[in-house]
Amino acid sequence: MKIISRLWIFIGVLIVLSPLGLLLPEHFKAGSAWGEWGADEMRELVGYIPKGLEKLSSLWSAPIPDYAFKGWEEKPLVSLSLTYILSATIGILVCAGVVFILGKFLSKK
Amino acid sequence: MHIPDGYLGPGTCGLFYLIMLPIWTAASRIVKKTLNARQVPLLGIGAAFSFVIMMFNVPIPGGTTGHAVGGVLVAILLGPWAACIAITVALVIQALLFGDGGITAIGANCFNMAFILPFCGYYIYKAISYKSPVDSKRRVIAAGIAGYVALNIAAAVTGFMFGIQPLLYKTANGQALYCPYGLNVALPVMLGEHLLIFGWVEAIVTALAIKYLQKHSPELLIEGRRSQ
Repeated sequence: MKIISRLWIFIGVLIVLSPLGLLLPEHFKAGSAWGEWGADEMRELVGYIPKGLEKLSSLWSAPIPDYAFKGWEEKPLVSLSLTYILSATIGILVCAGVVFILGKFLSKK
Repeated sequence: MHIPDGYLGPGTCGLFYLIMLPIWTAASRIVKKTLNARQVPLLGIGAAFSFVIMMFNVPIPGGTTGHAVGGVLVAILLGPWAACIAITVALVIQALLFGDGGITAIGANCFNMAFILPFCGYYIYKAISYKSPVDSKRRVIAAGIAGYVALNIAAAVTGFMFGIQPLLYKTANGQALYCPYGLNVALPVMLGEHLLIFGWVEAIVTALAIKYLQKHSPELLIEGRRSQ
């Protein structure tokens, strides 16, 4: 199935282009997605941090939060873009791996 | 559209896990019956595509950002149940590894993006393309409309989930416990920004992909191939 390899190349192109998803919002001064603010942003917006939100929001600390390394918020955009590409690559490899394993169980022989 | 931890109360989170459980079970059962071993690579590409397309944040200048989900395309190619599984995989990995979407909200986020979106998109595409030939322009348009409408329905449901929180969870002095914005704000904002910008991204992505596949791999678009 030649189309499969062609589609993977296409996914590869998307991975390389993915930093656009970081740089375009930066350029147009767009903030977080609606309803995806951090606790501090929430305080600025409504004047307080809802108590339940404060408690739950720190429930899980992801290893690569927001497709960047912890403490890298002030790094130049080039480093952030490279981390974004790395995150996309890791995410896609894990996606493909999980689907491959699921596929073993879920597909007809 | 990825609801983070802390925006939905425990009852809402629990409810959508409960709703998703039979959907995931049905999806595995149906996919097990219909998915050909040779289609597994395509399912992997579907999950990967959905994962990466969600990283393309599209800005509203000076405002918020949003993105396409790619789920309508996956549903057109593999059916809505297989799409449900592919998108669920992408969403769970986004939540666990990258903190994109909360772990308490995985049920809710999967309901919106891995259930509502692929199912609405799939049936809209089927209804509009009806019995048109695989290489027809009508299918490209059907794919675009399906992408646009399905993403907006999913956004509206997400807005509804946000919006009912202040009604459900309040402290004694009237402060919100979770999402502080009610239906009068959450619903029009979520729907408005998707109607205006992000829905078009899903529409264009879906339509262009169908156009490409018509030319290079039309066999992927033939209905019934799934059950072979």
